[in-house]
Amino acid sequence: MIREITLGQYYQADSVIHKLDPRVKLVATICFIISLFVVNNWFGYVVAAIFLAIVIKLSKVPFKFMIKGMKAIVFILMITVVFNLFLTPGEALVSVWKLTITKEGARIAVMMAIRLSFLIIGSSVMTLTTTPNSLTDGMEKLMNPLKAVKVPVHEVAMMMSIALRFIPILLEETDKIMKAQIARGADFESGNLVKKAKAMVPLLVPLFISAFRRANDLAMAMEARCYRGGDHRTKMKPLKYRRRDGIAYLVLVCYLAVCVSMNFVI
Amino acid sequence: MIVNQFIQKDNNMGIIKTDKLVFEYIRRDEEGNVEGITRAVDEVDIDVKQGDFVAILGHNGSGKSTLAKHINAILYPTEGTVWVDGMDTKDEKELWNIRQEAGMVFQNPDNQIIGQVVEEDVGFGPENMGVPTEEIWQRVEESLKAVGMYEYRKHSPNKLSGGQKQRVSIAGVIAMHPKCIILDEPTAMLDPNGRKEVVRAVRALNDVEGITVVLITHYMEEIIHADKVFVMDKGKVAMEGTPREIFSQVEKLKALRLDVPQVTLLAHELKKSGLNLPDGILTIEEFTQVLLNVSGRNKNKK
Repeated sequence: MIREITLGQYYQADSVIHKLDPRVKLVATICFIISLFVVNNWFGYVVAAIFLAIVIKLSKVPFKFMIKGMKAIVFILMITVVFNLFLTPGEALVSVWKLTITKEGARIAVMMAIRLSFLIIGSSVMTLTTTPNSLTDGMEKLMNPLKAVKVPVHEVAMMMSIALRFIPILLEETDKIMKAQIARGADFESGNLVKKAKAMVPLLVPLFISAFRRANDLAMAMEARCYRGGDHRTKMKPLKYRRRDGIAYLVLVCYLAVCVSMNFVI
Repeated sequence: MIVNQFIQKDNNMGIIKTDKLVFEYIRRDEEGNVEGITRAVDEVDIDVKQGDFVAILGHNGSGKSTLAKHINAILYPTEGTVWVDGMDTKDEKELWNIRQEAGMVFQNPDNQIIGQVVEEDVGFGPENMGVPTEEIWQRVEESLKAVGMYEYRKHSPNKLSGGQKQRVSIAGVIAMHPKCIILDEPTAMLDPNGRKEVVRAVRALNDVEGITVVLITHYMEEIIHADKVFVMDKGKVAMEGTPREIFSQVEKLKALRLDVPQVTLLAHELKKSGLNLPDGILTIEEFTQVLLNVSGRNKNKK
């Protein structure tokens, strides 16, 4: 029942976007998100929409996968829209009972909705076209300068990739423990929220014990294979910028320039 | 006298040698006071020659895994010394050299695979050693081919069977170009097919690549091809010899709570009931041959 969760939701396809260096995609996603908040008029959003549409087209990922990510934020989106719609002071547009929709409110609500949905779709493009593995690699490389201020960049990246590796194993284990408990009469399904939460305790304790045991074994296995942190380490798959990555950066700069200039059009 | 000893050590020392190795687990209570001391390994002397296939037998808690962890410098001796290729495991300067030369494969295949793709996991060891990128790829290819997992190089380890995972772990160790491999019950969690796969891979490494193998197990069938067998009990080496020598002593093995291969047991029982059979029959082929001889002789007598 819980085995089907795929983390990182990578979608296998052969496209330019897939082949891009993960660092480019990370930087681009961050820039895209920033651009959404910098832009303050409709022209800017048109530019952003065109940019996003081109990237999605290039990525060869079906559009419905992008929409999947939206489902999770529908609720937040609704709240933001409703609050902005009714609580922004200004020139009244429609007035029903005590609620007033103002002209400014409508404008901000629509903008907020566009911002949030573009934000989610934009980051979905990144996670759909990048394996979790290369994503951690990219983050490690990008945050490398932070090593100077004693941030354990390599260790964090290693932890993330190990966590990703163990998620399916621990899920399988949870399933196994759950079945073992159900076989002995445990009930995880019925009852109210409190009761359900209490039923999880006999599930979590053995899971934690086993996770610690695994961690201990893994640490030993890593040490036995000469692991001693990030120093002296070489990479089997080092990240290298290619020409297409340079072009991608160029496109990104152009996009940002156009976006910002849109602010001064009117 | 001292000089003499030194020379002897230098010339005849095997790849792994322990001298009066003692290891004690100290149990402590919550305040850190010593509650009790368990001697897991007790004055063990073993000597493994380069290129040998050595098996270590023993029931649970006999100290065989503890002994194995000493060879890889994961544990350090309480008393005595362990040498790996002439390097003392207590010497901190040599730690990484020892771990590179004596690779270790553990019991649970899930808990020793680090990479999310087979080839990345095999490359983990060489990455840690600082091997240049091109050479890592070369080593990964070689070692995956050596264990017959090359076609799975792009797969996720989660989708492999237990035997395949364990072969990937072995490839991960070979990629570090060790002189010897210590396998700590590599087949304990596998089904019979997986067990066969792993044992075949290990034997191929020993035969073809000439890597010294130390196999720790409690499956008797896996050790009949070993050059030498050590049987451990209560932290001590209880028996030592070739598989034939060991399995000739069925009664003693039983006293140590160990099984013998079924064929050997059958031959032993037949012999006890009066049939004229040699001791220490190890394989079914051997047994049928001997039986044919015996029945042939009986026919001739008639």
